[in-house]
Amino acid sequence: MRSVKFMIARTAAAAIISGLAAVTAAACLSVSDVQIETPIQAKMDVSAFQRVLVVGFVAGGSKAVDANTETVRLLKSQLRTKSDLKVVDTDPLPLADEIDKRRIASGEARILPAPANASDPLIKDQKDLKAYADALTDDSWKAYWRKLGEQYQSPLIVTGSILFTETASSGMQQTIQTTQDATTGRASYTEGKQFVDKKGFAIDPTFIFIDSRTGDQLYSQAYHQDVSYSSSLTTPPLSSYFELMDKIVPSFLSTLSTQKIKGTRVLLK
Amino acid sequence: MRVVRRALLVAALLAVAVPLYADRRSDAKAEVAFGIDVAHKGLWREAILRWQKATELDPTYAQAWNDLGIGYEQMGKFDEARAAYDKALKIDPNNEYIRQNYDAFREIYDRQNRRGRDH
Repeated sequence: MRSVKFMIARTAAAAIISGLAAVTAAACLSVSDVQIETPIQAKMDVSAFQRVLVVGFVAGGSKAVDANTETVRLLKSQLRTKSDLKVVDTDPLPLADEIDKRRIASGEARILPAPANASDPLIKDQKDLKAYADALTDDSWKAYWRKLGEQYQSPLIVTGSILFTETASSGMQQTIQTTQDATTGRASYTEGKQFVDKKGFAIDPTFIFIDSRTGDQLYSQAYHQDVSYSSSLTTPPLSSYFELMDKIVPSFLSTLSTQKIKGTRVLLK
Repeated sequence: MRVVRRALLVAALLAVAVPLYADRRSDAKAEVAFGIDVAHKGLWREAILRWQKATELDPTYAQAWNDLGIGYEQMGKFDEARAAYDKALKIDPNNEYIRQNYDAFREIYDRQNRRGRDH
């Protein structure tokens, strides 16, 4: 009897002590949230340039979105508000057509034959894109960049390639099924797996930065983003394009200018 | 007799060391508190100086290292911030607040250092 009392007393004491310890620990830990803005340094030194010219891109993939025009428009608007460089306002240059035009003018064949069906894209995949993108490294293009430099007061030139493609996939997906008991009304959840068809989009841009004073390439950066939805959903290609580019643009901007990333941290006493 | 002498020596050392440690922690806490006040007013340089002083006074004060990490992050000193957070987590690995700050910082730190697909 005595030992039982002793055990009860000991357990109670332990509970009180641990409770007190928890309260003390909580009381000791004083926390406060603070907003911070972390600066991300620019990857390129653009101090030699006052202007930026987004020339255009070798673009391919889905014809549902004019990836060249949309990308030029998007980058120009972002650069206007989020960089110190003055944006030169020009129409986007259809680079793939321009490359073929030059080849024909110099007696060479087009890189790829024109598609038989007008609704098919000229550049369908990465292989096609690479063939055109490689042509941009010709010396004749160096002279062209320099010519643009003279015309637009030596801007930093942004060009490159972009492939926006439709994707389709299928596979098992985890699902949670809810069932309600007819008598008690209680809901119960069952985990399961279901075979689903998915469709979506992928984007593969490569941004090339060129010094228009020399025609030399200063820097380039490649990205990949993709998104997929249930096949029952109909997502417009243009909204997917912006969804994907939203994830890429901050990194593109941080190439040219210091960006500040807002966040919250917890200060401790 | 020798045992008694040793015990007395240890007791004397403890009598001096414990209050000294308590004093240093208390001074460090005051520095940390002041740093937090000025950080909330946007005076980050001053806050960092205070938190640096706190970590010098008491290098085992995890909270001070955490705050110093935040200060360095705000100034864009990524390597220093990482070292400070690492120190804070080494001292107090189970502190959820420090872990949370560190995870948020690592996201930015990795992005800044990502060069994998750059040319």
